[in-house]
Amino acid sequence: MSSDVKGSFEYLEHVADAKFRAYGKSLEEAFENAALAMLNVMVETDSVNNTSSVEVELSSPEIDSLLFDWLSEILFLFEVEDMAFGGVKVNEIKVCDDECSLSATLYGETIDLSVHVFDTEVKAATYNDMRIEQTDDGWMIQATVDT
Amino acid sequence: MSEDNESSVYDVLTKVNDNTWEVPGNFKPDMKVPGRIFVSKTLLDLLERETIDQVANVACLPGIQKFSMAMPDAHLGYGFSIGGVAAFDKDEGVISPGGVGFDINCGVRLVRSNLMEEDVRPKLPELLDALFEAIPSGVGSKSRLRVNDTELDAIFIHGVQWAVKNGYGVKNDLAHCESNGMMRGADPSKVSVKARKRGRPQIGTLGSGNHFLEVQYVDKVYDEEAAEAFGLKEGQITFMIHCGSRGAGHQICTDHLQNLTKASKKYNIPLPDKQLACAPASSEEAQDYFKAMICAANYAWVNRQVIMHWSREVFDDFFKAEHGDLGLDLVYDVAHNVAKLEKHMIDGEEKKVYVHRKGATRAFPAGHPEVPDDYRDIGQPVIIPGSMGTASYVLKGGPNSMELTFGSACHGAGRVMSRKSAKKELRGEDIQKDLRSQGIIVRATQPSLIAEEAPEVYKSSSDVVDVVHDLGIATKVARVLPMGVVKG
Repeated sequence: MSSDVKGSFEYLEHVADAKFRAYGKSLEEAFENAALAMLNVMVETDSVNNTSSVEVELSSPEIDSLLFDWLSEILFLFEVEDMAFGGVKVNEIKVCDDECSLSATLYGETIDLSVHVFDTEVKAATYNDMRIEQTDDGWMIQATVDT
Repeated sequence: MSEDNESSVYDVLTKVNDNTWEVPGNFKPDMKVPGRIFVSKTLLDLLERETIDQVANVACLPGIQKFSMAMPDAHLGYGFSIGGVAAFDKDEGVISPGGVGFDINCGVRLVRSNLMEEDVRPKLPELLDALFEAIPSGVGSKSRLRVNDTELDAIFIHGVQWAVKNGYGVKNDLAHCESNGMMRGADPSKVSVKARKRGRPQIGTLGSGNHFLEVQYVDKVYDEEAAEAFGLKEGQITFMIHCGSRGAGHQICTDHLQNLTKASKKYNIPLPDKQLACAPASSEEAQDYFKAMICAANYAWVNRQVIMHWSREVFDDFFKAEHGDLGLDLVYDVAHNVAKLEKHMIDGEEKKVYVHRKGATRAFPAGHPEVPDDYRDIGQPVIIPGSMGTASYVLKGGPNSMELTFGSACHGAGRVMSRKSAKKELRGEDIQKDLRSQGIIVRATQPSLIAEEAPEVYKSSSDVVDVVHDLGIATKVARVLPMGVVKG
C-alpha cells in the first residue's frame, strides 16, 4: 500500500480508477473523509470557499449501499447544483437491521473555473473492493471510484 | 510485472496459439465456459492477475456462450475487465451493467477532410485554440446547447436522427454511425429524474479523463482498397472525437446497478463478484436496464454528433470555407461500452444473444448486413485511438471476428500506469513540451491531465492492434498520427 496521505484519507494504487481509504473515530467521520477523498480527486478542495450549503438525507438497506448512495449523491449534486464542494459534515448515521440512514451537509460555492482547480472527472461510485470496517481506532472505509 | 504475477499468470493460462491464451474451464468451480484472452506474449507480460480472475468470474454467469473473452488491451475493470466481451443467450442468459460500464456508449468517431497536412500544420496552434474554445471540455463544463425534457426524450429515442433533424449534421452521418446512431428499443420512462437533470446541460461536451478531440493526419495506408472505400489517403487531415454519455449515462448505470443488485438476490443468481450484478435477460429488471441503457447509448451518439458539428463549424470558419467544401465527412462512429441483441452462429446454429462489449469495439466483417452499404464489401471500420502522442489505427472488421470474438475487437491501448503514479512521476508541462518537440500540440484545462494521459501510461497501441490484425479479427487499413489534441 502506498502512503499518499492527506488528512484522514489516503490514495491506493489502481491502474485505471481512484481507490482510497478514509478513516474516522466515528462512522460519521469516516463517511466525511470518504467524501473528501473523492472530492479531492475532482477538485482541490482547498481552492473552494465554503460559503453555501446543501443538505443531504439518504436511506439505504445496507451500510455499503449507503456509502455507494452517499458518494453517488455528491457526484449528482456537484453536476446539477453546479457547485464545487470543499467541506463535508455528516451529522448522523443510523444503522438498523433493514435500513441505514444518513443526514449530512455539503459546503461549497458555485463553480468558477477561474478560481477552482479541477482535476479528474469522477464518473461514478462503485462497489469495487468496498470495505467498511471497525478498527481499534474507529472506522476504515475503502472505496474505488470510476474515473 | 513482478515475478509473483508472472509465475501466477503462466500457472493459470494455457497457450492456444501465439495470440490466444485460455483460462481453463475448471479454474473456478462455477465456470460454465472457459475464458479466452487474446494477447501476444509481450502484452501478456503486462496483464494483471486480477484481470484473469475477472474473465473467469464472467464465465460463471448463467447462459454465457462459447467463451468469456478479453481483448488485447484488457486491464482491470469493474465486474467485467476493460476489454471484456461476453455473449449471453437471449432466454437462458443475463444482462449485466458490469458488462457495459458506467460510461455507456463511450466511443470514437473519425472525420476525414480534403485538407492535407501542409494546409494545417502552419496554422495548427490557432486551429486548436478555436476548437478548445468551441467545444466545452473539462470537469464541470456545460454545453451552450440546452434542451427541455421533450427534446431529451427525443434524443434518448431517436439519437443522431434527432441531431440531423435539428441541424446538427447531415443525413449521410446517420449511415456512418454504428446502429445508424440510434439503437431501437429505448424507453425514456426507465431513465430517472436524476439522470435527466445530469443529461440536459451536457449535450456537446467532451468531459474529462481519457476523452479528447484530436487533429491528425494519415501517416500510412496498409490496405489501399479499404482506405479508398473509407475515403482515406496518406497525408490527409482527419479528426477524431472520443467521449461518451457523460452524466446521463453514469447516472443511468448507477441507478440500475442498485435494482440489479437486488434482482441478483431475487433470482438466486450466485455472483462470484458483487460487481457482476445481473438479472435474467427477459426479466423486468434486466429489460428496464437495457431500455435505459439504449437511451444512454443514443444520447452518447448525439453528444459526439454535436461535438462533430461544432468542430465542422470551427474548420469552416477557420479555413473560410462554405459548408461541405472541406469534405468533412464522417468515416464512422463506433461504440465501446454497450450491450446489444445480435444474431450469431453458435455450434452451427443461429442464436440471438446479448453481446456485452466493455472497452471493446464491434468489428463486423465484409458482407454483414449491419455494415453500411458503401463499406459492405470491405467490412465495418474499426477505430482504435492511441494515446496522446501515439498512433491511432483504422482497421476493418476481419474475416475471423464472427467466429472468434462475436464480431468484436479491442478499443484502445489500455492503461499500464495509474493516474496517481502518472501525476507523481510525470509533469504535465514536461510532457506538453516533449510532445511539442515532436510537432504535437496539446490544449488542456489542467497540466496534471496531460500527465495522467501521457503516452507512457498506456500500452503500445501498435502492439495491441497487431494482435487483432494477426488473428484476422480486424485488419489494418491506415495509421493516423496526432498533430494537436484538445483534452478535457
